[in-house]
Amino acid sequence: MIKAPFDVATIRSQFPILQLPSERPVAFLDSASSSQKPEAVITALADYYRTTNANVHRGVYQLSEQATFEFERARGQVALLINATHHREVIFTRNTTEAINLVAHAWGGSNLQAGDVILLSQMEHHSNIVPWQLIAQRTGAVLRAIPIDPQGRLMLDDIDTLLQGVKMLAITHQSNVLGTINPIAELTRKAHAVGALILVDGAQSVPHMPVDVQALDIDFLAFSGHKMVGPTGVGVLWGRKSLLDAMPPFLGGGSMIKTVTIESSTYADVPARFEAGTPMIGEAIALGAAVTYLMDIGMANIAAYEHQLSAYLIERLDEVPEVTWYGPPVGADRGAMAAFSMTGVHPHDIAQILDGEGVAVRAGHHCTQPLHVALDVPSSVRASCYLYTNTHDIDRLVHGLSKVKQLFG
Amino acid sequence: MSDMYRDLILEHHRYPHNFGTLDPHDVSQEEHNPLCGDRIRLDLRIVDNKIAEVAFSGKGCAVSQAAASMLTDELIGMDLTQVRQYGKAELLDLIGLPLDKNPVRLKCALLSLKALKVGVYRYLGQHITTDELD
Repeated sequence: MIKAPFDVATIRSQFPILQLPSERPVAFLDSASSSQKPEAVITALADYYRTTNANVHRGVYQLSEQATFEFERARGQVALLINATHHREVIFTRNTTEAINLVAHAWGGSNLQAGDVILLSQMEHHSNIVPWQLIAQRTGAVLRAIPIDPQGRLMLDDIDTLLQGVKMLAITHQSNVLGTINPIAELTRKAHAVGALILVDGAQSVPHMPVDVQALDIDFLAFSGHKMVGPTGVGVLWGRKSLLDAMPPFLGGGSMIKTVTIESSTYADVPARFEAGTPMIGEAIALGAAVTYLMDIGMANIAAYEHQLSAYLIERLDEVPEVTWYGPPVGADRGAMAAFSMTGVHPHDIAQILDGEGVAVRAGHHCTQPLHVALDVPSSVRASCYLYTNTHDIDRLVHGLSKVKQLFG
Repeated sequence: MSDMYRDLILEHHRYPHNFGTLDPHDVSQEEHNPLCGDRIRLDLRIVDNKIAEVAFSGKGCAVSQAAASMLTDELIGMDLTQVRQYGKAELLDLIGLPLDKNPVRLKCALLSLKALKVGVYRYLGQHITTDELD
């Protein structure tokens, strides 16, 4: 039986959506897509609009000063979570996608030249592929991808060859389909050795494990608030200060300038330079509350618990002979999720039948079409866990799969 | 759920009607849904402006394949002018699934109808309007 370093029942009681009165409460196994939110985060969001609502960085009146204070405090909380050297390295964006677009356009637009290589991997989410394609089309840079092996790990035998001519290695920390946790520190050393930068897509890692940007020695980290018990509409780009300082703006508008004439402008210092217009103030403050919530529990504790969930999920899926799951075997480099197929049944049918059993999973290509080409399936079903997931949720998944067999057997 | 996977759908999924291809054919139209990889190819033989023979092939979820199977039964003998009148409401009525609030699965159900319309309109030298299946 799983023994968590924290009380999962107490955690669950803090998530209103898991407490809804229902004959059959939902077994929510789609946290990799978007997580549920604890009362503390919902309250922080509502409290901002109830008690503190005013624009930031502008007013000389008290409400605006209070809003600014809380908005900037959230920036500091995020900096603490990822061990940034300075809170000014934290830029609020809409989500991971926008954070990657910011780097691709602002850094890529002024640093990439024809023939330069952007190295990705076969397991990337579309959000870490398409922004680079757009900037490659503009600059003449080319894309290259690290292949994956049959167990869903990066094939690094030829990494030195793959890194030739590379200016940017943009890679996911944890695959949103395979659950594979990639060796970021090692990849960073290799990238830096050839003079390349590394951007890490932390959408699936920052919510689930300790991520220390200084220990990893990376250059950019992108992640989303809504996958880490925070609200939608806010994400983060962390970047090394010296790199951010040298980058031109991404979006233009209010807040990101020092002076404006009709002909030209000078730009604000980082992070304001990259936060054009009124930001997502309440959402950022609520993300700060989410960070505090997670840090109070402890990222290492969450990772330890999810590691056990991961083992339990795979153990139970292995009891269903029709199931083929993807990704590496249970171990330190696998997160608590599993994408799978079932012989003779389409993923949409599986997900629909599971929904009828009160089990929420996702079916489709999970925004990873190149990965599904490598897996040689058009789509898959994905069950993903978080700190509020319990073994009962996973038991209900497996029970639901027996219904699928019943109907399609 | 029980509605979605009632016996008729599963029966058509397991034992599809008019499954295969026609060679020669007057219309052969393939449509696919990139979201889930569903694929339907619909072949028709047309005599005197009527659908004389029909066959479909493809792979995908039970809803897409069963809907195609049921639709092909309806098509035999259908006048091409009737194809224009045959729409989403008629198809959902035929397969008996309440998919109005389920846009993802609605696309599965409508895939064969899209193949029919695109194929027949092309045969007639016409084009499907983008909102015809919305």
